[in-house]
Amino acid sequence: MKKLIIGLAGVAAMTLGMASAAVAADKTKVCFVYVGSKTDGGWTQAHDIGRQEVETHFGDKVETAFIENVAEGPQATAVIERFARAKCDIIFTTSFGFMDPTLEVAAKFPDVKFEHATGYKTADNVTSYNSRFYEGRYILGQIAAKTSEKGVAGYIASFPIPEVVQGINAFTLGAQSVNPDFKLKVVWVNSWFDAGKEADAAKALIDQGVDILTQHTDSTAPMQVAAERGIKAFGQASDMIAAGPETQLTAIIDTWGAYYIKRVQAVMDGTWETQSTWDGLVDGILDMAPYTNMPDDVKAMAEATEAAIIAGDLHPFTGPVMKQDGSVWLEDGEVAEDGVLLGLNFYVKGVDDQLPQ
Amino acid sequence: MGMTEAILLTIATAATPLLIAAIGELVVERSGVLNLGVEGMMIMGAVGGFMAANLTGNPWAGVLVAIVFGALTSLAFAFLTLSLAANQVATGLALTILGLGLSGLLGEGFVGQAGVKLTNVNIPVLSDMPLVGPLVFGQDPIFYMSIALVIGVSWFLFTTRAGLTLRSIGDNHISAHALGIPVLRYRYLAVMFGGACAGLAGGHLSLVYTPQWVENMSAGRGWIALALVVFASWRPLRVLAGAYLFGAVSIGQLHAQALGVGVPSQLLTALPYVATIVVLVLISQNVRTTLINTPAMLGRAFVPDR
Repeated sequence: MKKLIIGLAGVAAMTLGMASAAVAADKTKVCFVYVGSKTDGGWTQAHDIGRQEVETHFGDKVETAFIENVAEGPQATAVIERFARAKCDIIFTTSFGFMDPTLEVAAKFPDVKFEHATGYKTADNVTSYNSRFYEGRYILGQIAAKTSEKGVAGYIASFPIPEVVQGINAFTLGAQSVNPDFKLKVVWVNSWFDAGKEADAAKALIDQGVDILTQHTDSTAPMQVAAERGIKAFGQASDMIAAGPETQLTAIIDTWGAYYIKRVQAVMDGTWETQSTWDGLVDGILDMAPYTNMPDDVKAMAEATEAAIIAGDLHPFTGPVMKQDGSVWLEDGEVAEDGVLLGLNFYVKGVDDQLPQ
Repeated sequence: MGMTEAILLTIATAATPLLIAAIGELVVERSGVLNLGVEGMMIMGAVGGFMAANLTGNPWAGVLVAIVFGALTSLAFAFLTLSLAANQVATGLALTILGLGLSGLLGEGFVGQAGVKLTNVNIPVLSDMPLVGPLVFGQDPIFYMSIALVIGVSWFLFTTRAGLTLRSIGDNHISAHALGIPVLRYRYLAVMFGGACAGLAGGHLSLVYTPQWVENMSAGRGWIALALVVFASWRPLRVLAGAYLFGAVSIGQLHAQALGVGVPSQLLTALPYVATIVVLVLISQNVRTTLINTPAMLGRAFVPDR
């Protein structure tokens, strides 16, 4: 029933999109498919800021369009296809679950450029782009280990996909680089965005004794709960300091704007080619929010780690690293290959959870 | 406050919006009207409540406006389905879409703004007692309203004359009409009561559960409330049991995950739905009583002079 409604709403939204699409012909039309609301305070908002930067940068030369709250799965195919029919020159699909729908539609529209965020599949007219969020998560782990009194952090996770597993592992490795006995409790809410469920998960973790929270879901509810219960937490995707002025230690901020501008420019110049990019802190596709609510020595450590990652001196996944079952994953000094990371489906040692398969 | 109290309080918070919305819908359905727009009315209550609390700084203004928003939203449904005899299923679905869209529009300027939390009751001495203190004397005011609603609705439906009349309309509106009962007036009031309850449930979301406004924050809870009414075979106490069972299993599975029990999280996430359905189906085994409690006119339009 709910799906039917979302579907109907989607059709209504697409019809509107079609109507406005017919206006300008010589402009480059840039379209975005969002999984959440553009004002979610997290993931989708970060993408929408990127879209606004495209508008500001190109002014009259572009026209942007977006559809919010598109469910992952079959409905996404319909939304993307409608954008393709509405003469979008380039379509950014901004959630992992849009990967197969994007490829499906792209096969039917060879002249339209598609860009899919956080996936791993590409085609002649489909690029995948991603951000090395795990670099930020490693820093969060270090801060957590320094700040936590109990040596246990709680991790609110969304779906067991490689990107989320990377984050959990990087956080754990960062924490263990400070405190080898550091433990991480993981709770999966199987949703990207459900404020109530995220709040429940936060409460459950705090009741189980964690004194630091981090999340890979998109609402500010966990930050609010952390503030209420008087523990510290990390923001996700956008700066969430407003939800916890005395609670947020830092946040991983996604800054997609520069990438979007670069790719739209390539479309205008006719130089757009398929590629697979995975940028990190050094490229400015993610950024750390100001380090707040922590002692100066912790802040100094975080800044040093950030600088080392940017300089290329530190890769979070550098051996020796053991898998959860105690077997060796990375030998001393060995750095994980991107291919392995992109398909990561196991935990490192110290994660107190069984990875859903 | 110990861990047991904390967990029980979290369960009560998770169950309260479901309970309130379901108990309201129960009254609506007992009068023979099927309003599938609970999700839409709930989200309208959430946005209205948040806006009023944010603008006035008083959470009670939020509670009031949440109730009014819910009731007003349901009035649109009542006019279409009762006065114009439109299809109830289609209108209810439309109401959900309208509510989700309109609330997003109204609340656009309020996203990310500081919420005003409706604080928990605190009675000196009593609230400090172990276990019963926080649970009985230290919860949020809407929790007490939800319990009062269950008792009140039970009492109204099964011991008052007006309650009997309402149920009779739900069972056979033509006979009720022939007896001179104002069928549509009763139904209007029932639908608006349901809307007010859904609005209050939404207010609980944006004033107590997660004191903030984000689009779609009801996240399907209206649909769960609707399902609870059916699986509870239209009986208030079973709705209460169902809502708390759902809440308990939802919170319990999060704790199971945090403890690191080796069960796939997808399975655990599905558990609240499965457990609630199984238990409510089991307690509704008696076909005769279930039939007696099912409003026979559910979803059928009534046109007085036809």
